[in-house]
Amino acid sequence: MSVPMTFDFTLEQGDFTLELRERFEARVVVLFGPSGAGKTSVLESIAGLRTPRRGAIRIGARTLFDSAADINLAPSHRRVGYVPQDLVLFPHLDVRRNLLYGVHRSVGHEIDPVTRLLELGHVLDRDIAGLSGGERQRVALARALMMSPAVLLLDEPLSALDIDLRSRILPYLERIRDELAMPMVYVSHDESEVQAMADWVIVLEAGRAMRSGPELGAAAPI
Amino acid sequence: MSDTLQVASFTVAMATLATLVALPPGLAVAWVLARWRFTGKVVLETLVSLPLVLPPVATGLILIAILGRRGPLGRLFAQLGIELMFTWRAVVVAMAVMALPLLVRSARAGFEQVDRRYEQIAATLGAGPVRVFFTVTLPLARRGLLSGALLGFSRALGEFGATIMVAGALPSTRTIAVAIYTYTETGQQAAAALLLVVSATIAFGALLLSNRLATV
Repeated sequence: MSVPMTFDFTLEQGDFTLELRERFEARVVVLFGPSGAGKTSVLESIAGLRTPRRGAIRIGARTLFDSAADINLAPSHRRVGYVPQDLVLFPHLDVRRNLLYGVHRSVGHEIDPVTRLLELGHVLDRDIAGLSGGERQRVALARALMMSPAVLLLDEPLSALDIDLRSRILPYLERIRDELAMPMVYVSHDESEVQAMADWVIVLEAGRAMRSGPELGAAAPI
Repeated sequence: MSDTLQVASFTVAMATLATLVALPPGLAVAWVLARWRFTGKVVLETLVSLPLVLPPVATGLILIAILGRRGPLGRLFAQLGIELMFTWRAVVVAMAVMALPLLVRSARAGFEQVDRRYEQIAATLGAGPVRVFFTVTLPLARRGLLSGALLGFSRALGEFGATIMVAGALPSTRTIAVAIYTYTETGQQAAAALLLVVSATIAFGALLLSNRLATV
């Protein structure tokens, strides 16, 4: 199911300015572009880790940021499942505790469906240091999913993996998209990933959206 | 021998208590110094480090002004029926004040080593600042914090100048350092030497552990 999204904001970081004027409906939007284009900054603005100078960020019916209405939800209130490129798994917690970190006590936790989906049942009691690259990637995904986020933010989830692992992780991402019907904002600079995942593509370059549309090739010039 | 044991165990107990007393304010100051930028930060840094460079007896003099019957804290506690000066409580306060600078320095380094990304991701997972502090920052900084606590404990263990000013050399407030001084003054060299060995052993152990924690 497509969700209306608004990424209409200006973020300034030193000399770099990120300027987006995007409104669209999508299930998985991919931010595509070279390093330094500002893709991660978009994710971190959505997550609340960076504060735009002005503008609005909306996902579905939720306004995460709106400078005109003086709305700037704290990261802890945004309900975004952010999986950064470097994963940032908590090294002092085992896999199970990592997964449960974002689960609110009052809601209770149903760890089984997510661990089944991502095939993590056998590593639950392991330390983070003892995991393989693919397992770490899936634990980071599972941790974000466990909090039942309103949107999943994935920063190049496959880039650190070798080709064999990529082809094994991508189906998990497709299952999250198809079985959980969770909206995603997905950063990538790999065309095959874009084709596999996206139903909306924003091509970023030097902090500007160069093109935007339902497919990479057909993305309309701006 | 039993006297030595009594003095040693009293000192260890007081130094442990002093470390526990210094820990909450020490960690708070260390965290503020590690994580915040504000005007007057350098003044706070200097103030916290002051007991490190002031003559300990001068620190003792300041403590008398605060803890004495006419001092703000002394008066407050007197109203509650609690005597501070020349009691074990004064020993704890003097040791805690002297332990604080070392504790803060190590703990600050510990906090600074914690990658803020962990705190940020914890926040995106729904954790408020207090939960982030206790479940992410504190555990990840634990080596620096423990190292600082042990360093502070070692400093408290050897405290002399401030302690003798606020607690004297009474049998009920005598620490290892004070006892070594009085034994030497009264010609009891063997007893002084025994206490020297005891204090060196405890301090060596605590420092060794502190250094291991700081470097591993």
